[in-house]
Amino acid sequence: MSAPFLQFLLAGLTIGAIYALVALGFSIIYNASQVINFAQGEFVMIGGMATVSLAGAGWPLPAAIAGAVLLAAAIGLALEKLAVDTARKAPVVTLIIITIGASILLRGAAAILWDKNVHALAAFSGDAPLNIGGATIVPQSLWVVGTALAIVVVLSLFFGRTLLGKALLATSHNRVAAQLVGINVRHVLLASFGISAALGAIAGALVAPITFTSWDIGVMLGLKGFAAAILGGMGSGPGAVLGGLVLGIAEAMGAGYVSSAYKDAIAFVGILAVLFFLPGGLLGRRSADRV
Amino acid sequence: MPSSLLSPRTRGLAVLALVVLLLPLALRNTYYYEVAILVGLNAIVCVGLNLLIGYAGQISLGHAGFFGLGAYVSAILTARYGWPPLAAMLAAVAGVAMLGYLVGRPILRLRGHYLAMATLGMGIIISIVIATEDRLTGGPDGMQVPPLALAGFVLAGERTWYWVVGALLLGSVWLAQNLIDSPQGRALRALHTSEIGAEVCGIDSARHKVRVFVISTIYAAFAGALAAHYAGFITPGKVTFFHSIELVTMVVFGGLASTFGAVVGAAVLTTLPQALTLFKDYEMVVFGAVMMLTMIFMPKGLVPTIARRLHAAGR
Repeated sequence: MSAPFLQFLLAGLTIGAIYALVALGFSIIYNASQVINFAQGEFVMIGGMATVSLAGAGWPLPAAIAGAVLLAAAIGLALEKLAVDTARKAPVVTLIIITIGASILLRGAAAILWDKNVHALAAFSGDAPLNIGGATIVPQSLWVVGTALAIVVVLSLFFGRTLLGKALLATSHNRVAAQLVGINVRHVLLASFGISAALGAIAGALVAPITFTSWDIGVMLGLKGFAAAILGGMGSGPGAVLGGLVLGIAEAMGAGYVSSAYKDAIAFVGILAVLFFLPGGLLGRRSADRV
Repeated sequence: MPSSLLSPRTRGLAVLALVVLLLPLALRNTYYYEVAILVGLNAIVCVGLNLLIGYAGQISLGHAGFFGLGAYVSAILTARYGWPPLAAMLAAVAGVAMLGYLVGRPILRLRGHYLAMATLGMGIIISIVIATEDRLTGGPDGMQVPPLALAGFVLAGERTWYWVVGALLLGSVWLAQNLIDSPQGRALRALHTSEIGAEVCGIDSARHKVRVFVISTIYAAFAGALAAHYAGFITPGKVTFFHSIELVTMVVFGGLASTFGAVVGAAVLTTLPQALTLFKDYEMVVFGAVMMLTMIFMPKGLVPTIARRLHAAGR
């Protein structure tokens, strides 16, 4: 492998791992409710901004990250309890607009609570670049990819081994049947918002030393996470991870070999091309319609 | 007046015409006129978008792209190639309709969130191209647009534009309502309820979906071209995916499958940020909260909810 190729690949894997975490958040809420949570990107923003401000207040880094994740999860739970649950009989499109309203509200609140400046978080373990086969990466990249991997393992254990995880899966397959076997679907929905918010916040804290963080960073990261979730197949866990990595690598290669101004356009042309041939995403369910 | 003479449809159109006629009494200065014109332009896009979302049940998160394309094509043809504005506008609308047809065919095979993603991607690709091809479009700084001139008469001044946009809005609403009550409109509602059911009844759902998609892009491109010539200046800010989401929000906020809902949604969500500037820093928080509360307590949107309550109170 040539050095530039490896360099682009590593950069793509790093940002792709972040997209994957955001996409997993989208998928979990979608599975529980069919709702696309447009406030998902704001949880990423909260994770980054709260970590920066808690660390700035003298908290040790692990405590700051934990505090930020808890804060985001609490906001996620509140969003579900106060807004989505109150409007649970509304059509899905209305619920989606509610999450858009929530994202505007959260962004506005962040601009007031913190500020509109760009903040940098110190890298978790120094900035000395590592050399891998002629390509250089910052240690933070390893943190991002490693944590993402760990989260995927934890999530697969959660969905495969725990009662709540199984209840979430059951609800995603058939909501009515899940209710019939005694699963409290409303609790499942609440849990899905808490988990997704926490995932988003972790992604936000991980990426803050690389891309920096600011009050409006959630818009773009949320958009990319949504794109990754769709690319992989909405609702599919492995699909979200695959979609995130493919999107990240496609962007990095597009920026490296074609044009950095057009890197996002290249990624979206790629997604459109995939959808033309696989209208359900890479790993989406191939289901037939019930009439 | 006997109610049989006035169907709800003509009554609605009459109310809208009355509002357009009487509104200038409340418009105290040019700034108010500017906001009113902005409302009218957004409303035209939303009326078209509502045909697609509200009636046909197909989402688009890329209509700011078609709006922007209409604006930029008309701007470039007049400013860079010296076309007469009217011809440029026609060419822009025709060009966007053609593009809508070409991308509509493959895109509208997708369903639900996948369709949302594809249209979102379309819109973003358009906005990136506009922001990057700066030799033609002026890039992020935007470009000047010559004013609209009809047979030597230059359209200028907020008051003139108010009447032009008002009349065009009425025309757009009238056209949309005729379409809804035509066989095409009934076919759209049928395929919204059940695509397979509609096909069993002999409705070519793919053709109807593409047709209404093209119609909605025409509305967007037309409003975009108007907006460019009215403002005399255009930047890529109006072509972002954020604006696409704003447009969809207006449609849902006002009430899906309600043409007047689309107009009201555009009016409320366009004027609200102007009114909220007195909240200064809290503007976004209040705007988000208003959006959430309205959708939580009026899940079907403003106009259908209020109409039902009035109806219930009238009995």
